[in-house]
Amino acid sequence: MKFAKSHEWVRVEGDPAPGAIATIGISAYAVEALTDLVFMQLPRVGDTLTAGESFGEIESVKAVSDLYAPCSGEVVEVHEGLPNDLDILGRDPYGEGWIVKMKLADPSELDQLMDQTAYDAVVREQSQ
Amino acid sequence: MSADESRLRETPLAAWHRDHGGRMVPFGGWSMPVQYGSIVEEHRATRSHCGLFDVSHMGRLTVAGAGARDWLESTLTRSVAGLAAGRARYTLVTDEGGPRSLRVLDDALVACEGDTLFQLVVNAANRERVVESLAARLPANASLEDRTGQTAMIAVQGPQAVGIVAGLCEPRQREAITAMPVYRTGRAELAGVDAAVSRTGYTGEDGFELVVDADCATRVWEALVSAGGRPCGLGARDTLRLEAGMPLYGHELVESSDPFAVGLGFAVNLEGREFPGRKTLAELSAAGPTRRRVGLILASRRPAREGYPVVASAAAQAGEIGVVTSGSFAPSLEASVAMAMLDVSRADAGGEVAVEIRGSREPARIVPLPFYRRKT
Repeated sequence: MKFAKSHEWVRVEGDPAPGAIATIGISAYAVEALTDLVFMQLPRVGDTLTAGESFGEIESVKAVSDLYAPCSGEVVEVHEGLPNDLDILGRDPYGEGWIVKMKLADPSELDQLMDQTAYDAVVREQSQ
Repeated sequence: MSADESRLRETPLAAWHRDHGGRMVPFGGWSMPVQYGSIVEEHRATRSHCGLFDVSHMGRLTVAGAGARDWLESTLTRSVAGLAAGRARYTLVTDEGGPRSLRVLDDALVACEGDTLFQLVVNAANRERVVESLAARLPANASLEDRTGQTAMIAVQGPQAVGIVAGLCEPRQREAITAMPVYRTGRAELAGVDAAVSRTGYTGEDGFELVVDADCATRVWEALVSAGGRPCGLGARDTLRLEAGMPLYGHELVESSDPFAVGLGFAVNLEGREFPGRKTLAELSAAGPTRRRVGLILASRRPAREGYPVVASAAAQAGEIGVVTSGSFAPSLEASVAMAMLDVSRADAGGEVAVEIRGSREPARIVPLPFYRRKT
């Protein structure tokens, strides 16, 4: 699993080759920081995501936050039920709380992301 | 701490908030807790039981002297000539600046404690400006003292609020406190601390606002917590007052507002009085407003926020008819609601309109305010 500085995670099925399926979500830290989730705006199947660009929105009572694509590719599946049951994100942000699945366009982008250890260090720093 | 943060003021309860998980944010020049855990839970706890709010950041001004009543009568938009001791009223504070010789500087509560003693509670962000404006017009026989720093203010709100506060009072005071009518004020000894008590609030629930000396604040707050009050932050304070349809200066009310358009005509007493901006207010009253404040309930749960345009319908070519002044998810209604100023010709309840939310036109229905009314 890899993490972006903007707190999205990505997990690739099998070897990270072009066309491999990558699942994207947001971290437990992000969910806890947001609190009181009320709305989510998701992309559609067939949309193209670009690494580092916004692909949707997640909104809490207080504020709206962009979701940023950790890597580029074509959306092949969207977790349609998620906006109607945002509690899933709090319960299981890395499993049941997945947001989109995409066909990986450029596996080398994964090298720009952090591994679990590096991300945990970032979270510790931000929590101070 | 950043340089900006070091200039923020702290209430007497700031350390308590930090020690108990309060997420501190800058607000009106003060470091305040926006939430301790979940805003929605704090909101619901207030509606079902009792929420506690540190509102010490708000300005507490004392007007005293032989000329106090007459001076306030010639200063505030609301008449206080007949305001008896132990009563409070909602008012606006105005001056004659700006292009139309009327500026709304703040909204406030004025309370009478006697012919020569009045208390004014103003918004934190406006305190310095209001003090400066009022101090410049003080007559020789009245004084104005800013008591914000020496005191703390705690709001106790919800169906159990009265019972909790009365339970902490001196036994012989309990009946009077419980029976205190709304918008009345008095004094009580709460958890052994002398407190000014008013049956007022900003949530749409029953309850009190308490003023105590700053160094007694923690004792009273902790007693209220032990008695079952749930600490709530500014996040819940905002969703509660929004549901109750209550205006927030800086949103529904700004310097250039027409108070009649905002639905605050009751706070403007024109007849037989002189006060700053009276002439313009009389003209506005006679002319009638061009926009008025309404409630909107959105079809989706997507929050509408301050500044978002309101359009005549979700159709792409529909024109702008107004603007959102406040909006959020309303936990007691399980819906996204907003207050907006709409052109009077398009402002009737039941109207189907749309709010432009970051490029998307979301359908909404106009409803009368308030969104929420308590049952008892």
